[in-house]
Amino acid sequence: MTNSFKVDLFNAVHAFNATGIPAHTLATADVFKAALYTAASSLGTTTTSYTSATTEVSGTGYSAGGVVVTFGTAPANTTTTSYLTPSASITYTTVTLSTSFDAMLLYNNTNSGKNAVAVFTFTAQAVTAGTFTLTMPTNDATTGLLRLA
Amino acid sequence: MDESLLEKREGSLDNDNETTTWVEYWLEGELVHRSAHVQLKRAVVSFGETAEF
Repeated sequence: MTNSFKVDLFNAVHAFNATGIPAHTLATADVFKAALYTAASSLGTTTTSYTSATTEVSGTGYSAGGVVVTFGTAPANTTTTSYLTPSASITYTTVTLSTSFDAMLLYNNTNSGKNAVAVFTFTAQAVTAGTFTLTMPTNDATTGLLRLA
Repeated sequence: MDESLLEKREGSLDNDNETTTWVEYWLEGELVHRSAHVQLKRAVVSFGETAEF
C-alpha cells in the first residue's frame, strides 16, 4: 500500500464503490466537531455517527454537538505512516458540566450522516464555570492523533 | 468578590493515556470554579495491509 494512498484516505480522494459515497463535489474541507459524553456512554469502535444521545453532556455554555475542530495542517506521511492532528487545542470555554464526562467523539459535521471518526477517552472530569481543554499531541508519525500505518 | 476568600486547589494525574491537570476555587466550602486540561497521549492508529499475489 502506497504512502500517498494513506494520505489520500484522509482527504477522501478515492471512491471504490458507489455505495455510501457522500457528495464530495466541493473542493473544500469538511467541518469536524468534537462532542463530549458522560461516563454512562458506550462509545467505541462500533460507533458509526454522532447522535444527540442522552449520554452527551449538557450544561451551561455547552451546545449539543460540541465544538468545531481545526485541521489547519494537511495530512502528511513518512515512509510507513500517514498522520493528521488538529492544529489547535479543542476548547470548551466557560462551561458548567456537572455530570462527569470521560469521552470525546470526533465526527464529520458536514456529512449528513455525521459520520464518526474516532473516540478518545480520558479520566472522568467535571467543570464548574470553567474551561475544558483537550491539547493535541505532536503532529508526527509517532504521536499524531490520527495515524494510518 | 474578595479574592482572598477563595481557596485554590490544584491536582494532576499522569498515565499511559493522558496527562491531566485541574484547578479549583472554593468559596466558603462551595466549589465555584473548576477547569481541567487533558493532554492526550494515546492516538488512534489503523494498520493497512496489502496481500501478495
